[in-house]
Amino acid sequence: METQTLVYIFVALSFALYIGIAIWSRAGSTKDFYVAGGGVNPVVNGMATAADWMSAASFLSMAGILAFAGYDGSVYLMGWTGGYVLLALLLAPYLRKFGQFTVPDFIGTRYYSKAARVVAVICLIFISFTYIAGQMRGVGIVFSQFLQVEITMGVIIGMGIVFIYAVMGGMKGITYTQVAQYCVLIFAYTVPAFFLSFYLTDNPIPQLGLGSQLNDGSGTYVLEKLDNVLVQLGFNAYTDGSKSMIDVFCITLALMVGTAGLPHVIVRFFTVPKASDARKSAGWALVFIAALYTIAPAVGAFGMYNLINKVDDVEYAQVESFFTAWEDAGLYAWQDKNGDGVMQYRPGVAFEGKPEFTGQRGPAGERVISNTPNAESANEVYVDRDTLVLANPQIANLPGWVVALMAAGGLAAALSTAAGLLLVISSSVSHDLLKSTFTPNISAKGELLAARVAATAAIVVAGYLGIYPPGWVAQVVAFAFGLAAASLFPAIFMGIFFKGMNKEGAVAGMVSGLGFTFSYIAYFKLMNPAANTADSWLFGISPEGIGVIGMAINFAVAIGVASFTAKTPLEVRRLVDSIRIPRGAGEARTH
Amino acid sequence: MDDPVSTADHGDADHVGDETTATEKAYWRENTRLLCSLLVVWFAASFGCGILFRDFLDQFSLGGYPLGFWFAQQGSIYIFIVLIAFYAVRMRQIERKYDLDD
Repeated sequence: METQTLVYIFVALSFALYIGIAIWSRAGSTKDFYVAGGGVNPVVNGMATAADWMSAASFLSMAGILAFAGYDGSVYLMGWTGGYVLLALLLAPYLRKFGQFTVPDFIGTRYYSKAARVVAVICLIFISFTYIAGQMRGVGIVFSQFLQVEITMGVIIGMGIVFIYAVMGGMKGITYTQVAQYCVLIFAYTVPAFFLSFYLTDNPIPQLGLGSQLNDGSGTYVLEKLDNVLVQLGFNAYTDGSKSMIDVFCITLALMVGTAGLPHVIVRFFTVPKASDARKSAGWALVFIAALYTIAPAVGAFGMYNLINKVDDVEYAQVESFFTAWEDAGLYAWQDKNGDGVMQYRPGVAFEGKPEFTGQRGPAGERVISNTPNAESANEVYVDRDTLVLANPQIANLPGWVVALMAAGGLAAALSTAAGLLLVISSSVSHDLLKSTFTPNISAKGELLAARVAATAAIVVAGYLGIYPPGWVAQVVAFAFGLAAASLFPAIFMGIFFKGMNKEGAVAGMVSGLGFTFSYIAYFKLMNPAANTADSWLFGISPEGIGVIGMAINFAVAIGVASFTAKTPLEVRRLVDSIRIPRGAGEARTH
Repeated sequence: MDDPVSTADHGDADHVGDETTATEKAYWRENTRLLCSLLVVWFAASFGCGILFRDFLDQFSLGGYPLGFWFAQQGSIYIFIVLIAFYAVRMRQIERKYDLDD
């Protein structure tokens, strides 16, 4: 069967599965809608958390980032997994014991203040929308790559699917579809990785393959060979980074703390029956995440090795078909600067910006581009990083069904994350803004309806952002983690561990942490991108890592303000005492 | 980790309102001690071995992996899993010991 037909079949089957699950698990109450009834098995919840967590970026982009950044890419591996240790140890069990529905619920109740709740809602909505626009874009890209559908149409189909199971099923529908999506995405990610590892090293386990010798008879290790090849071409060695140590340190810490403070991740731990289950569930989530995250470095390194082998110093006329296929898709390009008909892959960009094809063919048969060549670099090849994972099955000549599987996997990753984000946005509107702040008399039925309306509105906004991505989206992904690290994490952490933290301290801390981080990122990313170099950064910390300083400011301001304002009321101190003790969690509290 | 603000600035009088029993206090102290030691390991595995002492560790290797690079891209993740698993099991024992399990 043709690959294209297989892609349609795989994607259609996976969609039918998600919709079937959605019909089976319709939400009947607000508790079903917000926390799936609070009775989800910890292993199941761990798997759903993993799908929720691993977005289109993890599935499609991470291995590409690792391939092109080498050691520097480690910040994402450690940053996006280490946060689960903080979650399991410091937040999840206590928030589950607290037992309400949303993150602003906890902040509003613990700091006995509507202002604190509203500040938390603002942080949450900002963080979640930044994130979700990227997911809808990911859906559109997968559709356009594999199904030859326009990006706009792809986004609309994705919106339709998410609408069906997120609006009907709420958290309950999302949880069980995410389990199915996890299975699809992990299978799709690991199968080509096993083939690839076996193909280069004779060892099918990618984690071991990356530490093994190449099977070309030379007896050199994969990483050693890759280091040598890259250094010869003028790149940094793969196992050596170019970022400064303080920057690597701060980015990793900001990503870890940010992960622990992301509302759509935290809220998943409200769905398990008991506080002790929240700990277990975080552990399982990390096991399921690690299954992909420990393979990604191997996929990245193997992909880089293959790419150099099959592209650099190869005559265009002789290049394998994967190159021309991606060139036709506009994601690879070659500009024959020295006119020798041979492709040279070197450090630096081949030309400014993304390729602009003129529609003509050059002397060697390549698609001609009109971009001005970058005279400072001998590089002639443009490769879109995000193609690395998708191109791997083709580069390694894997069968058509593996390619089809990748399409279904990429969609599963993007849809599951989008649904989780939509849910926290809608519940923060219906529960925190309407029920708890502005219209406390709303009935349970009215609240459920409001949640569904809010979810629908959020899907439409997310879809719009996916179809017309504002230029800043890609620039401000750092926002989501930095802001979560600087605002929500410290407020929740101190809410549990510092009984004396009061409302004045917490609000002042959140506002100052958020304000500082927001201004720093906005200055370097939006207002003055030209100044975005290590020399002008505070302590040499890039905007990606500045959340760490924001977090320190939050802690310092909060503790300072709390020390000379009124102490926390007795009932709040009792609340903190009760969430520290696992006994008596029982049902999620309904109000 | 216990409450620097109130003990430092309001004095012990505050704790009159905190009706925690001696068992609950002992339980919490044991929990925070365990947390601190596990966070030390967390920090050492990722920030220590993977970042701060990477150059030193890179002179050793694990198969084809330079050791510091292995910690940064593989080892730290495995250690994180072990940490959470250990914490879940150990906390279960501590809760049972103080009869506070859920």
